[in-house]
Amino acid sequence: MANQYKQIVREGIWDNNVVFSQMLALCPLLAVTGTATNGLGMGLATTAVLIASNFIVSVSRGMITPEVRIPVFVLLIASIVTLVDMFMNAYLHELYKVLGLFIPLIVTNCAILGRAESFAFRQPMPASVLDGLMMGLGFTLALVVLGGTREVLGSGTLFANASLMFGEIFSVIELTIIPHYSGFLLMILPPGAFIALGFILAGKRVIDSRTAKQNTKELPILNNEMALDSAK
Amino acid sequence: MYGKGVANPSFRQRTAYHAMLLGGMAMITSALIVIGNKQTFADIELRRAEDMKRSLSQVIHPDMHTNDLLHDTMQLTTNHENKIFYIAKSNDKVIAVAFEMTATGYAGPITVMLGVNRNGELLGTRVLSHSETPGLGDKIEAEKNPWIFGFNGLSLSNPAESQWKVKKDGGYFDQFTGATITPRAVIKAIKSGLEIFKSNQAVLLAETKPQNHPSPVDTGNHKPTSIDGTKPDYSKSVTKKDKSSG
Repeated sequence: MANQYKQIVREGIWDNNVVFSQMLALCPLLAVTGTATNGLGMGLATTAVLIASNFIVSVSRGMITPEVRIPVFVLLIASIVTLVDMFMNAYLHELYKVLGLFIPLIVTNCAILGRAESFAFRQPMPASVLDGLMMGLGFTLALVVLGGTREVLGSGTLFANASLMFGEIFSVIELTIIPHYSGFLLMILPPGAFIALGFILAGKRVIDSRTAKQNTKELPILNNEMALDSAK
Repeated sequence: MYGKGVANPSFRQRTAYHAMLLGGMAMITSALIVIGNKQTFADIELRRAEDMKRSLSQVIHPDMHTNDLLHDTMQLTTNHENKIFYIAKSNDKVIAVAFEMTATGYAGPITVMLGVNRNGELLGTRVLSHSETPGLGDKIEAEKNPWIFGFNGLSLSNPAESQWKVKKDGGYFDQFTGATITPRAVIKAIKSGLEIFKSNQAVLLAETKPQNHPSPVDTGNHKPTSIDGTKPDYSKSVTKKDKSSG
């Protein structure tokens, strides 16, 4: 059981990362990653929705039939996002003012529907909630890495305005990486997101292929087992 | 499709069950949203009013007036547009007015709030919302750059009317590196705001009887209506709109 949870954590953060491996959720990803701060805020909001939707889908999976599952999932996710939007506006107003326009975008995040369909609909509740959390954190990681890359290259700062969004304590993480930087507009504009994402994906492939090579050298037997596993 | 141990009785395969399931889910989620809306509506309205109050207090210092700006409003038609003016009074004497102007920037409309005193001098200006390029055009935000404070104390005669331009166009105001259209739009909005004030000065500064308007939380239809006949939008705090959506 513990092994299964470890597997879920690994899948969510790295092996089956929403962005880096599944290539899902690219629309919100490219839209909000002008800065690392925006990426972080959007990632956390998405994580909350993912956990809630995985929880509800998993709990009610005995009731939902395969024929109407997709409309039911869409209905559930849209309602959760609407509720999150309203409650954030009312009670987390400062954060909402920065992220408000991105919150409805979470509905368009196909990763949430994807996890409901491929995981929460078939798995018990605790595993589904953990999967939601880990997939969400993996997505947050992708958003922050891409946002950070674009921000450093585009405006020479990192986590700018984090204190505006998360409170004064976070002013310590606001860094100026390149002082007196005149900015590189391309990285801030949408094409920069595509270019940076391309390089990040290539980087991940390189890391993966290196670790795979190392694994074949060191643990040939285990690797065979993994191959068998995936063959199933 | 089902997990282990989940029964699949035959009634589930009927169309009626599917319809009931979908309909039931829709009803439950709609009910939840209605409850959520009821729960948060008053708070959201309050937050909006607070936001509006905060943007008003940035252009007219709260110590200057004794009345509640959100309640003392006047609606005038300027350039075929209905505009709401927030009237600041001290001992029933009008000392300043605040109002919004909209200009077309590089990537969409820019909303600017202006505070103007009796002499037509700017008390303060703030950009409330815009969708300019982050890192370049967003220097018009007070949080990001002190540029917007440069308007304080200026009027149509100071600098001269012909100087209400960016330096690049031979005017008085700085532009930003890589962004000229944005400051140009803001300057134009502020200048035409001052012109609107000038042409409506007599009406705006006239002594008015103290009125008891309802609180902004109240959404009765006695509130002033904005251009498109809807209620005034208090939500226009500084928000960055991202162009890409969907």
